[in-house]
Amino acid sequence: MKKHRRKYVNALMLALFSIATLIALVPLFGVLGYVFKNGVMDVNLKFFLDLPVPMGMTGGGMANAIVGTLILIAIASVLGIPIGILAAIYLTEYDRLSWFSTLIRFTTDVLTGIPSIIIGIVVYTAIVVKMKHFSAFSGGIALAIIMIPVVIRSTEEMLKLVPHTIREAGYALGIPRWRTIIQIVLPTAAKGIVTGSMLAVARVAGETAPLLFTALGNQYWAHNLNQPIAALPLSIYEYATSPYKQWHEQAWAGSLVLIFLVIILNATARLAFRTRNN
Amino acid sequence: MGQSLSVRNLEAWYGSNKTLHGINMEIAKNEVTAIIGPSGCGKSTFIRCINRMHDTLPGAKATGEILLDGANIYANDPVELRRTVGMVFQKPNPFPAMSIFDNVVAGLKLNGMRNKKKLKEAAEKSLNMAALWDEVKDRLGHSGMSLSGGQQQRLCIARALAVEPSVLLMDEPASALDPIATLRIEELVTQLKSSYTIVIVTHNMQQAARIADSTAFFLNGELVEHGATSDIFMTPRDKRTEDYITGRFG
Ligand SMILES: Nc1ncnc2c1ncn2[C@@H]1O[C@H](COP(=O)(O)OP(=O)(O)OP(=O)(O)O)[C@@H](O)[C@H]1O
Ligand SMILES: [Mg+2]
Repeated sequence: MKKHRRKYVNALMLALFSIATLIALVPLFGVLGYVFKNGVMDVNLKFFLDLPVPMGMTGGGMANAIVGTLILIAIASVLGIPIGILAAIYLTEYDRLSWFSTLIRFTTDVLTGIPSIIIGIVVYTAIVVKMKHFSAFSGGIALAIIMIPVVIRSTEEMLKLVPHTIREAGYALGIPRWRTIIQIVLPTAAKGIVTGSMLAVARVAGETAPLLFTALGNQYWAHNLNQPIAALPLSIYEYATSPYKQWHEQAWAGSLVLIFLVIILNATARLAFRTRNN
Repeated sequence: MGQSLSVRNLEAWYGSNKTLHGINMEIAKNEVTAIIGPSGCGKSTFIRCINRMHDTLPGAKATGEILLDGANIYANDPVELRRTVGMVFQKPNPFPAMSIFDNVVAGLKLNGMRNKKKLKEAAEKSLNMAALWDEVKDRLGHSGMSLSGGQQQRLCIARALAVEPSVLLMDEPASALDPIATLRIEELVTQLKSSYTIVIVTHNMQQAARIADSTAFFLNGELVEHGATSDIFMTPRDKRTEDYITGRFG
C-alpha cells in the first residue's frame, strides 16, 4: 500500500519536473526559431563581406559591424582577462582573508550586478567626454569593465579547486612561491580559467547599452581605434528601430549572426571544460 | 652526502595552539630516523618544521633552533633550505598538468636549469633510484596522473631526489599503498641512506623496526624517547614508550 503511494508520488513529481523544463524551453526555442526564420533568408556571403548601403539601394551587408564586434571583444579581452586573472591570483594565493580582499570580493559581486548601461555612462563621462570623441577604444574599455568581475570570480573558483598539497609540493622543491603559482598552480587550473574567460567574452559579445555612448557605431570601416566603430548589437538596434522593411530584414540577419557568435563562443568554452573533466 | 640535524628546544604553534613542546633531538647523517607516535602527537608538524613548510601556513609559527650541519635553518632563506631538505608527502601529489618527465625534473627546470641533456640524465637517474624507470621509460610524456597510486608516490620520491637534497623528509610515504608497493618503498629507503639523511614518519611499527636505524617516540607534542631502533623496541626506558609499542594505547 505504502509502496504504491511512493511510486505514485514519484511519478507525479517526475511529471512536474518534466513539464516545468518544457515550459522553460518554450521561450528559448521560440526566440531561436523566430530569429532563425526571419534572419536566415538574408544571411549570405554579401552580408559578411559588404558594407551597409544607403536606404533605397538593394544588397549591402554588415561586414563592418561583424569585424567591429570582433575588435571590441579583442580589446575587452586583452584588457579584461589578464587583469581579472591577476586579481584572482592575488585574492586566492596572497590574501584570502583580509578586510581588503573581502572588500574587493564584495565590490566584484556588486559590479557583476550593475546594469551595463551605467558602466557605459561612466566610461562616457570618464573617457569619451575627456577625449572629446567616441571611439572603439572606449567601447572596449566599457566591455572590459563588465568582463573583469566575471573573470575574477570564475578564476578564483578554479584556483580554489587546486589542492593546497600541490602548492606545498612546489614549495618543497625549493621553487619560489610566485613561480609555483605561475608554473604549477595556473596550468593546473588552466582549462577552467579559459572556460570562465570564454564565458565572460560570450557575456559581453551581445552588450548594446554600454556601446551606445562609447563605440557609437559607424556606417563605414573604422580606420583606427580612436574612431567610432560599428558593432553588431548597435547595428541591430539602429536597423530594427528604423521604419524601413529592408533594414528590418538586415537586423534579423544581424541578430542571427550575433546569436551564432555567442553560441560558438559558449560551445568552445564548454568543449574545453569537457576535455578537462575527462 | 647526507647532512646531520640538531634540533634545539623546538616549539611550534598553530595560532595560539602549541603543538610541539621543547623538542631536543640529534639526527645523524646517512641514517634512517623513524618518528612514531599516536595520531595528532605532532609528527607531521615536527618534520614540517625541518623544511620550514610549517611557516608557510597562515598563523603558524615555530621557535627554537634546527641546525643543519651546524647552521641554523631559521637564520637562512627557506626557499634555499628546501633545495637541501626534500620532502615526500603522505598522499602522492604529482603536478596534474605535467607529464611524468616534467614532474621529475620540475624542481630543476623551475629553478632555471635549461640544459635538455642534463635534465634527461637527472630524470633517468632519479627514476632509477625511485625504482620507477622501467615502468615509465616508454611513456615519459604521459600525464603523471596516469600512474597508479604506488607509482605516483615513487614519482614524487623521484621528483624529490632529482634536486639532489641531502636530507629527505618522508611523511607516512606508504600509508596509501598496498603491501607490495610499501615493500618497494622500504627497500628504496634502505638503499637511499648511503647518500641521504632520511627522517620518516610512520604509523607502522614493523616498518620502523625494519628500516630505521634510530626511532623517536612522540606523545602529545613531546619527544618521549629517542634511541637506536632495537633499544626502543626491545628495552624502552620510558613506561609510555613501552605502553605504546606493546599496543596498550594509541
Ligand atoms: N593546519 C593546522 N591547523 C591547526 N591545527 C593543526 C593543523 N595541523 C595540525 N594541527 C594540530 O596539531 C596537532 C599535531 O598535528 P600533526 O598533524 O602534527 O599530528 P600527527 O602526529 O602527524 O598525526 P597523524 O598521525 O594523524 O598524521 C594536532 O592536534 C592537530 O590537530
Ligand atoms: Mg601526520
